[in-house]
Amino acid sequence: MYSNEPHIETNGLNAYYGNIQALKNISIVIPRKQITMIIGPSGCGKTSLLKCLNRFFELSPNTSVTGEVLTDGENIYNPSIDITEIRKKAGLLAQRPYPLPMSIYDNVAYGIRIHHTRPRREMDHWVQHYLEIAGLWEEVKDRLHSPANNLSIGQQQRLCLARGLAVEPEIILGDEPTSALDPISAQNIESRLLDLKSQYTIILVTHILRQARRLADYVIFMYLGEVIEAGLAEQVFNHPQHERTQAYLSGVF
Amino acid sequence: MSKVLTNNQTISNVHRNNQPITQKRNRLDKIVHNSLLAISSLPILFALAIFLALWFRAYPILQVHSFIELISGTVWKPLKGLFGFYPFIVGTGWVTLVAIIIAVPICILTTLYLSEYAGVWAQRLVKPILDLLAAIPSVVYGVWGILVIVPMVKNYAVPLFQPLGNVFPIFMSKNPTGYSILAGGLVLAVMITPFIISIAYEVLQTVPAGLRQASLALGTTRWQTIKYVVLPVSSGGIFASVVLGCSRALGETMAVLMVVGNMVQIPHSIFDSAYPLPALIANNYGEMMSIPMYDSALMTGALILMVMILILNIFSVLILRHILIEPH
Repeated sequence: MYSNEPHIETNGLNAYYGNIQALKNISIVIPRKQITMIIGPSGCGKTSLLKCLNRFFELSPNTSVTGEVLTDGENIYNPSIDITEIRKKAGLLAQRPYPLPMSIYDNVAYGIRIHHTRPRREMDHWVQHYLEIAGLWEEVKDRLHSPANNLSIGQQQRLCLARGLAVEPEIILGDEPTSALDPISAQNIESRLLDLKSQYTIILVTHILRQARRLADYVIFMYLGEVIEAGLAEQVFNHPQHERTQAYLSGVF
Repeated sequence: MSKVLTNNQTISNVHRNNQPITQKRNRLDKIVHNSLLAISSLPILFALAIFLALWFRAYPILQVHSFIELISGTVWKPLKGLFGFYPFIVGTGWVTLVAIIIAVPICILTTLYLSEYAGVWAQRLVKPILDLLAAIPSVVYGVWGILVIVPMVKNYAVPLFQPLGNVFPIFMSKNPTGYSILAGGLVLAVMITPFIISIAYEVLQTVPAGLRQASLALGTTRWQTIKYVVLPVSSGGIFASVVLGCSRALGETMAVLMVVGNMVQIPHSIFDSAYPLPALIANNYGEMMSIPMYDSALMTGALILMVMILILNIFSVLILRHILIEPH
């Protein structure tokens, strides 16, 4: 079904908020170096599924998860695994940008310093490198040491992208990363993600169908905590198999 | 068509009928506004009234001695007309400082644990206990201090620190009773702990979860996130909580006067007795009032205490403003 080899697989994944089951027996495959988009009406578990992939789901109180999430064949819910390694491998672009309370430069250097992934003396070079990839360098090169909070929200989201890329993840998770942005900033982020597809496995949650049509190689359609349909984007969009998918795509709900 | 007309008529009728109602509502709103304003200004008036009352009662002694002379005077002999507040001011400072030094690390670490690490059950368990601690009457703390803390200081702390006393004079012990600055500081530390923790906890809760997650998403540990993100953002608020704890400690009277020894002297060691200002006022007001200037001197003591707390608060506001204006 998928042309690319799988990067992430889930087997019988269940997730609970207290007694409420947010995810019901999810078994999906996410291919490497493609854009996979999770769509569905609000409250269907899109974000919960995304947050299970970098073990963010458990940050909310009273949650529990059963089942497996295999990244490169390794179960990230294995108790002996190092959570920080999981999160380093799967960067998250949140709905709203949260610049860290430091300068633009330090935001990008933050992860590099924490993980010692680059030598200290090359820091300037790498900060510039990741800001360039995120398409922010030209706008901030003269004020690298001013606080990141002074940037516009669109610039902040690109800074968050640069900051996430700086820890050299293999996977980029995006939780409606453009929903707080104006159309031009959103377009800017979208084109960055398309550029990055060749090097990263990208998984995006969105409620904007048109955005999914523009970006997705693969689509996962969710409804009430279950995966209803998953597959190649053109197949799901043009020939949906399940009637719920058809109804959702035609705007019935 | 006829239906539309009826609707229009109804709307205009309602509108017309509403005219006096609206006026009435606006009048009521104005009355509520003004009475709330009057009531809200009461606390400011009270503060002003207290300050003025203290000032007028302290005025006679300030005619004879200058303020500077009073606060730097080291001899307290009311019968001879000598009113030096220096020993009391220093005593207040020592007890407060010891309390803060003991309480602050415990408070900050507890708050960090509660806010950043603890599960829901721990928060549910610890918060009510802290509220309970805060609700215990001061005199009960005082009794506990006499029964537990004073003997502990006498039997354990003094012998333990004895060897250090020769090198560091602040651990020198010439007072065998246990009624000391250390006892007062320990009792005070326990008293202000729940206060500081609950404010600092609220401060940490205002740090957006998204900000913590932004850091955690990069593969940092919780401690790295606390160190580089949570603490820099909340340091101003945590500082404010400590300063508020400090003001509380400065003014705390009952529990301290029960364990601190109340000897008029300039302390040099944490095992010395001291006589903090609030204890001076509480112990002596209403007695020996026939001594000339005595009443006025005690009111001056109260004024000094108020000024000390005021200076502390102004200082904290200035620093807070600096932290808030200067972006992180």
